[in-house]
Amino acid sequence: MLEIRDVAKSYGSGSKVTHALRSISFSIAERELVCVVGPSGCGKTTLLKCIAGLLRPTRGEVLLHGEPVTAPPEEMAVVFQEYNRSLMPWSTVRNNVLLPLRHKKLSKDERTRLVEEALEAVGLTRFIDHYPWQLSGGMQQRVAIARALAYQPSILLMDEPFASVDAQTRGDLEDLVLRVRDEFGITILFVTHDIDESVYLSDRIVVLTHAPTVVKEVVRVELPSPRDQIATKELPEFATQRAYVYRLIKHDTTAPAPSTLVGEGLHD
Amino acid sequence: MRGRGHETVKVAAEIAVPIAIVVVWELWARSADSQFWPPPSKIVQEFNDLWVFEQFRSDVVPSLMRILLGFGIGSAVGVAIGVPLGMSLWARKFAMPQIEYWRAMPPPALLPISVLLLHSIGNLQKVSFIAFFCIFPVLLNTIDGIRGLDPTLVDTARAYGIPAHERIRRIVLPAAFPQISAGMRISLSLAVIIMVVAEYFSSTSGVGYVLLISKNTFQLGPMWAAIVLIGVIGYVLNLAYLLAERRMLAWHRGWRAATPQ
Amino acid sequence: MASATQEITAEDLHGPDPAVSATGTPRLTGFVVFVLSFAFALVFWQAVSVSGVVREQDLPSMTATMGELWGLVQTGSFWTAFLQTARGWAIGLGLATLLAVPIGIVLGLSDLAGRAFRVPVEFLRPIPSAALIPLLFLTLGPTLQSEVFLAAFGAFWPILVQTMYGVRDVDPVAIDTARSFGVPKRERLWRITLPSAVPYIATGMRIASAVALILAFTAELFMGTPGLGKLLNYAQSYGLTTQLYALALATGALGVGTHLLFTTVERRALRWHPSQRVEAV
Repeated sequence: MLEIRDVAKSYGSGSKVTHALRSISFSIAERELVCVVGPSGCGKTTLLKCIAGLLRPTRGEVLLHGEPVTAPPEEMAVVFQEYNRSLMPWSTVRNNVLLPLRHKKLSKDERTRLVEEALEAVGLTRFIDHYPWQLSGGMQQRVAIARALAYQPSILLMDEPFASVDAQTRGDLEDLVLRVRDEFGITILFVTHDIDESVYLSDRIVVLTHAPTVVKEVVRVELPSPRDQIATKELPEFATQRAYVYRLIKHDTTAPAPSTLVGEGLHD
Repeated sequence: MRGRGHETVKVAAEIAVPIAIVVVWELWARSADSQFWPPPSKIVQEFNDLWVFEQFRSDVVPSLMRILLGFGIGSAVGVAIGVPLGMSLWARKFAMPQIEYWRAMPPPALLPISVLLLHSIGNLQKVSFIAFFCIFPVLLNTIDGIRGLDPTLVDTARAYGIPAHERIRRIVLPAAFPQISAGMRISLSLAVIIMVVAEYFSSTSGVGYVLLISKNTFQLGPMWAAIVLIGVIGYVLNLAYLLAERRMLAWHRGWRAATPQ
Repeated sequence: MASATQEITAEDLHGPDPAVSATGTPRLTGFVVFVLSFAFALVFWQAVSVSGVVREQDLPSMTATMGELWGLVQTGSFWTAFLQTARGWAIGLGLATLLAVPIGIVLGLSDLAGRAFRVPVEFLRPIPSAALIPLLFLTLGPTLQSEVFLAAFGAFWPILVQTMYGVRDVDPVAIDTARSFGVPKRERLWRITLPSAVPYIATGMRIASAVALILAFTAELFMGTPGLGKLLNYAQSYGLTTQLYALALATGALGVGTHLLFTTVERRALRWHPSQRVEAV
């Protein structure tokens, strides 16, 4: 469904060139939840913005249903890390969720329905007429997720959405993401630096190297569904998978391997 | 360093000092008996005579109208120009030298020209003169407000494909509004000053006109009353604006309080 | 993370960034645009006056005005007037600073003094100095004293208010740290409070400079104190339209010059305090 081919991104020119991404290639199938993890500063956010059509890659291309992505596609929605800067403080929760729908060809009733359903899916119906800053961090991120849901995308990009949220709330939000994927059938690309989170959520994990960044390995997560914050994390497989990914990131040598789809499954 | 002195002393000072100043002024003015420096009691009397009812309609109302119209038009134009300039780097680069020149121009230097070009000393000339100079504080603050737009908000708007007119109406303008409002407050005080100067220069009505006439006829009473009135107008307009701003920016206060900056 | 590698500006509202940006030396293009901007305005002016939309006697052509300005710039009387205005501005501003900064420090530091004089300050501040012109005319007459008093009275208030803010806005953590190290009060004042107030004072002076120039000029225009304003009044009374425009342009240049001077001063003062931007205009 989504294919990233040899995407590279550099800044500057001449001697002051910075290669944020050297060459990234992987693909995502429909209804998959794929996480992207890597060491700090490896360009995860840059990659996400290239995929979202917010930045144009220096080389390579992003294909959505076979069509190249040159501008933010209609069927793609994004949830950013800084919820308090992506929500509009002068509008209520309702109007924040409504905004992307205003330019879609829908009747007023349909819009209202979508907004209310999305807020119900994230459990914020009670706060529909509050202002975002009146809510806690986790709730604000739910509003951002509701906004994405109401937009009815087929693919959802999330850029470290729970990094600024406390650990317990994070668990609830992770489960919300899984539920959303199951209920709405959305494909999800989830960028995170939290390895536990990536193992818990994903079907597959794309592990990146240091800058200049390439794909180190794409790991398939073999854990039973549905996932549970307690039961799944008790499984020995969880620990092994987690350790594997952790080692991939920690023992990243300076000479990264070129990007190929390596390691489908567990290595020992 | 604020002393931990007694609160009562401070409150007492806050009340006593202004009263003391007025009393001293009254006593000195009475003893000096100069026509130039009437005592406060006389000024209050002149104020009542002149402004409370008698010349209110003929002079205060036209002046207020000119101020408000000039301020309103100037602010609207300032925002209208400021939005595209705030959003386009090259437009800004091209326009800024001109803007910097005109905003530094002392307004009185253009008074004779404004009378000449508009062939009148009536309301049109006054209002357009005031409006012209009210543009700049609002324009500059609008540009600043838009340039300071949060990149995450910009990214969000783009990611959701929100079209330009919706972006400007629902994101850019509300986000920049706190800054625009600060500029408008400056413009409002500027409008008062420019009104006085414009009317003093050439007018047939208004508070500035009264100021001029009282000078020509050597009448210090009305002159002081006019001076006090101008101060009062400035103060009241500013206060009214602050109150209106407080309501319009309630969301901003709430948001700033809730968000660690 | 993206902000470290890509500065996203409002320009991005118009679309994704170009892959590689290749501009010439930024300073050169900036200068060219600057010149172009003025050239465009001048050409536009000439076009308007040539087209006859506005009568020649109301709006002289750009070329005629520039010629007149060039002629003026070569006369002694112009420069005398120019310097007279500059003198009134400078003395008025200087006087205001000498009074407002110390008083502002006292009122800012002492809660008692600040509150005691709050009402008088709030009352006197909104009075537009221009309203005092007739009074000054009748008492002091069209002299340098009137001009200086007017300019100083107007310039006093922004400096006073900004100084008070600056002194009060000192970072309490810095003060507490100094106190815990036993730094005496006078040194705290010198080394922490005053330096941290300097950017605010610089801002106040920038605002006051504009006010002082406007008032000095207004005094000349209305009272006949010698200076550019008086020349302007003369040109108007005798119907010398081209000279009227030329003088207005020259006054604008003086305005820009003083503004640039204090913007530079303010920027230098702010270099040490990058987060303290108080007024936008």
